[in-house]
Amino acid sequence: MMGAKRKWDVKKLGPLIGLFLLCIVLSILSDDFLTMDNWLNLLRQVSINALIAFGMTFVILTGGIDLSVGSVLALSSAITAGMMAQGVNGFVAIFVGLLAGAAMGVLNGVLVTKGKVAPFIATLATMTAFRGLTLVYTDGRPITGFASDDILFQMMGRGYFFGIPVPIILMLTVYIALYVVLKKTTFGRHTYAIGGNEEASRLSGLRVDRLKIYVYALTGALSALAGLILTSRLNSAQPTAGTAYELDAIAAVVLGGTSLSGGRGWIFGTLVGALIIGVLNNGLNLLNVSSFYQQVIKGAVILLAVLLDRRKEV
Amino acid sequence: MRKAVGLLVTLLLTGGVLGGCSLDQNNASSDKGKTKQDGEVKIGLSISTLNNPFFVTLKEGAEKAAKDEGAKLIVVDAQNDSAKQINDIEDLIQQHVDVLLVNPTDSSAVTSAIESANSADIPVITVDRSADGGKVVAHIASDNVAGGKMAAQFIVDHLKNGGNIVELEGIPGSSAARERGEGFHQVLDKAANMKVVAKQAADFDRAKGLAVMENILQSHKDIQAVFAHNDEMALGALEALQAHGMNNVLVVGFDATDDAVKAVKEGKMAATVAQKPALIGEKAVEAAIRVHKGEKVDKFIPVPLELVQGQ
Repeated sequence: MMGAKRKWDVKKLGPLIGLFLLCIVLSILSDDFLTMDNWLNLLRQVSINALIAFGMTFVILTGGIDLSVGSVLALSSAITAGMMAQGVNGFVAIFVGLLAGAAMGVLNGVLVTKGKVAPFIATLATMTAFRGLTLVYTDGRPITGFASDDILFQMMGRGYFFGIPVPIILMLTVYIALYVVLKKTTFGRHTYAIGGNEEASRLSGLRVDRLKIYVYALTGALSALAGLILTSRLNSAQPTAGTAYELDAIAAVVLGGTSLSGGRGWIFGTLVGALIIGVLNNGLNLLNVSSFYQQVIKGAVILLAVLLDRRKEV
Repeated sequence: MRKAVGLLVTLLLTGGVLGGCSLDQNNASSDKGKTKQDGEVKIGLSISTLNNPFFVTLKEGAEKAAKDEGAKLIVVDAQNDSAKQINDIEDLIQQHVDVLLVNPTDSSAVTSAIESANSADIPVITVDRSADGGKVVAHIASDNVAGGKMAAQFIVDHLKNGGNIVELEGIPGSSAARERGEGFHQVLDKAANMKVVAKQAADFDRAKGLAVMENILQSHKDIQAVFAHNDEMALGALEALQAHGMNNVLVVGFDATDDAVKAVKEGKMAATVAQKPALIGEKAVEAAIRVHKGEKVDKFIPVPLELVQGQ
């Protein structure tokens, strides 16, 4: 928290300038990039990574990391889809799916705090275990044929609300809520404090363990929400869903200027970071760039953004 | 971080010690694989991944055939990890299987494991993907290039007046993506007034198929057909097309997974190239039993492809 005000403008401008430059280049190269239609499409694609990355921001702020987000996404999606396939009401199935995501997050949090396992190791283990459970539950096959009649579930991924796709609304609602939490509440302040100096926080009487468990639970629930959107969009729950999503989420957080060592960062930056990744994916598709070069370009852009950020931080 | 590294090392060490123990027990009981002249045949099947419905069906076909023939089948799953596959195969050799069926995660990485089986005098049959080295008595697979040709021919036959085509590629550099694309272009590039307007990778993944197709639709509104290197991407693309109200686009996939066959029956997808994974698994077990009996088998056992299409 110390010096946060002073670095505010500089830290936030870096990623934002990068995003603008990228957009300018792409709109020059492609006529289809800067259209309302394409941006609604792009934002809808971004919403899934952004939701996971919002949770990841909290975890990284406390000095942790969560590698299990992709597996949590897959398992909670499978649970919800499986329930609906058996005729459970959509609202109930969605609720249980989100709860399952939060519960998996709680397990991560307990391992990290009570079990004293390093977050990287703990979530590496749960990432593998949850993926295994997903495969056990789905028998390695996609679960389909469930969402055709449940309006609520259909809406999550495919619906529109005053012409705006529902996933975008969900993403922005969560963003605003978490922005307020981080900025205006004691929970937010404590999140920063723990990442800044855990020992000092503990000595000054903060309930460090409990707060960390909440943060991992939040990430789990948000991963589950992202999974439900994806499942609704695809009309199927994939056993392999979310593979390597943790990397995209971490990339979004880092691109946004949040420090991996904890205590310093912004949820706004994460939103910008997720947009940078989404704009890249979308723009390179529009330009029909060969898939081999796409990977080179993506890596280079991420490096460039982080390097620019570094220079400003002196 | 130091703590984390320490923990990891401890874990690895414990794992190593435990692994050592179990190995010792194995060695104690191993009197150079006594071949059972009669009784049941023991077949090992190392699968590249059971994370994919195609290989799950292949495994089930093999299991059914083994049950019918009264053979014992031990299945191990490499989870798409070449290193794990080598360990898996070593384990199967330790268990003295009579014949080894290998579905490589990677054609070159599997070579050393096959050589291990060779030196243990266990005959090896490769399934679906071939191996670059080692001694292999037979290879059982469908021809991806032929499948790509089949898909292209279907599109050429149905678009009498030509048209714009989108190609969704599999994981860049993977053999399936290479071969299916190659076969597809062999036929399509010769056809008059057919044009591939966009060719993008969606990594065999349904979610990526959806996103990539959505992006392509932003810049190409006039599309008559989509060829995807597998059904997962085709089904993702289908969701994108339906959301745009483009229900007349011919979507052709590859693999004939349950979901895709259902989509073809419902008239949503135009066709999918069927590889008959269950038949591949079945033929693999049959070949293994023939090899064990000392009968001759062909070097290459092709499993026919077929085009699943609507009415």
